[in-house]
Amino acid sequence: MNSKKTEFEPFKKACIETVSPIERREFLKIGLAISGIFAGGTILSVVSNINKVFASPEEFSEKYPYKPHYSMVIHQDRCIDCERCMEACVMTNDVPEYGYRTMILEKEVLDAIGQKKEFIPVLCNHCNNPPCVRACPTKATYKDKKNGIVMMNYDKCIGCKTCVVACPYNARYYNEEKKAIDKCNFCIDTRLSKGEKLTACAAACPAGVRIFGDLSDMNSEVYKRIHQLARPVWVLRPEIGAKPNIFYMKG
Amino acid sequence: MPNEPKSRNISEIAKELARSFDSSVVESWYSNIVGFLSGSRSYYVLLVITGLVVFVSSMVAVDAINTGYRHAYNVTREIPWGILISTYVFFVVTSTGLCIVSSIGHVFGLKDFMPIAKRSVFLSVVTIFAGFTVIFLDIENPLRMALYNVISPNLTSNIWWMGTLYGAYMFFMAVEFVFLLIGNNRLAMYAGLSGLLSGIAAHSNLGAIFGMLHAREYWYGPYMPIYFILSAMASGCAAIIFFTWLGYKVNNEKMDKSMERAMEVVGKLCTLLIAAIMFFTTWKIITGLVASPGKVEVIKALLTGPYALNFWLFEVLIGMAIPFVLLLYSKGRNLGMMFTASLLMVIGIFVMRYDLVVVGQIVPSFQDLGVKEYLHLLPYKPSFHEIMVVAGGFGIVAAAFLLGEKIFSGHKSEIH
Repeated sequence: MNSKKTEFEPFKKACIETVSPIERREFLKIGLAISGIFAGGTILSVVSNINKVFASPEEFSEKYPYKPHYSMVIHQDRCIDCERCMEACVMTNDVPEYGYRTMILEKEVLDAIGQKKEFIPVLCNHCNNPPCVRACPTKATYKDKKNGIVMMNYDKCIGCKTCVVACPYNARYYNEEKKAIDKCNFCIDTRLSKGEKLTACAAACPAGVRIFGDLSDMNSEVYKRIHQLARPVWVLRPEIGAKPNIFYMKG
Repeated sequence: MPNEPKSRNISEIAKELARSFDSSVVESWYSNIVGFLSGSRSYYVLLVITGLVVFVSSMVAVDAINTGYRHAYNVTREIPWGILISTYVFFVVTSTGLCIVSSIGHVFGLKDFMPIAKRSVFLSVVTIFAGFTVIFLDIENPLRMALYNVISPNLTSNIWWMGTLYGAYMFFMAVEFVFLLIGNNRLAMYAGLSGLLSGIAAHSNLGAIFGMLHAREYWYGPYMPIYFILSAMASGCAAIIFFTWLGYKVNNEKMDKSMERAMEVVGKLCTLLIAAIMFFTTWKIITGLVASPGKVEVIKALLTGPYALNFWLFEVLIGMAIPFVLLLYSKGRNLGMMFTASLLMVIGIFVMRYDLVVVGQIVPSFQDLGVKEYLHLLPYKPSFHEIMVVAGGFGIVAAAFLLGEKIFSGHKSEIH
């Protein structure tokens, strides 16, 4: 709070001419963070929805249910659609050409002032309350008790595709070779279990879009990015109540 | 002490069973099979046609299995449930409806409904079998289901409950049919009651599969399970009228007084149920128009968009309005008119199921983001393979119906 005060020192003698563009931008940022605006997904305003900003319910800011609690913060405006994350995912996880585990969506606003395009990377949100897991008849998809990753047991999958319909984030597809539904698992089998710290997509990104880490670790990058009030953090489709673990922000 | 009455019961049942299987029953079955061989020529032509449909569609189904469903069917990542799921729903709705409506007679003892019992129970087994066949060809690994449904059940999953309960339902209905055949009404009643209970539980779970997918706004809510049970009864009435009328044509017989009375009460119940579905549909539409944007878009797709022809022509006109008028006009006595109404209902309800399953998925998950990929409603059209599997399902029902009429000689009822 103190640091914020010092930033606004020049405002003491405020009048339009004396305020520099940088100061104005800082001021606007705080205004937007507090009021919450729309861009891409629903931005969660710190005024009305402070708890949701902190990865779902109140108790979350004190204790996360998983250790490590894997999560990803996506800096939406940094994405340049180079698709290296998608390539890395395909290479690492043997994803067939007809499917994908992660995707970059393109938004175009032709009458926008200045920048007219932005890119929105999407992947499995590894929800704390995953609709797919509830719907699966045979527990083929489940929430890993230790790290909270929404996992697949390919052998148990009957291919009824209920989880595909249940998923609010279009994160699942049927994989013919695996004879089961396939989805992002944060590279747990291909990288994390082998000592790597990052998922393939996060490691491949040249623009620092995908920040991957442990939300239960106060020193992690994801924790620091989410537990602040200056810049808005949002999730996709919060109205579903699935409590996703993929967070979005700009800047 | 508490064991005593139970063991007595079992021995009683065993005795009754033994008594039922006396030589006269076997003889009458034998004579029925002989009777089957002396059917009319048009009957055999029909039987051969339905047999061919089943044969050809099984070939196509085998081809679909070999090429892989991803290539053979037009379902996608975004719309993974297509016409096979809706046809499965259609068949099990009909089966549950046949079970519920016929149970009014043989389970709850309302005499007027008695004469329809045997045919209805037989057809409920046939239609659920057809439904299972169709979904067997939609699920990618149906054999795994048999194993993991048992050793790895997820009790929060409606699919699990539906599959398990419908399995039990098919068993009870088949057992009930056997008891009805051998004329053991008391045991038939118990089997029928068990079938009815598991059928209703299974069917409301089928509704809940859709109703509990909270990422799909059009489906979400308690409406689906309730609507499914209600529309099952309407489907059941339509199927009873449809098949009973046809059955008497196949056997070239005239209905007796009690059967005419049964048709009359089923016709009247059917009219009432259509009215109830009209009411349900009206409010689903009206509430949907003031819902969140995703739901409003689905309702608009039905009213004025790409599904408007399906909705207005098939669901409203053919499925509800015309049959309602015909049934009212027939006063439950003009059987030809009632048959026409039931045929139209069957067609309308089939489209109703198709729309229900497909339009629930046409709004993309990420539509709110306003991204280029998902600006419009998602497309789906059934493929040749899918249509043939559906045809095969109908072929199974038609062939089994025709065979049943002869083998069980018009499902004449001795229940009184």
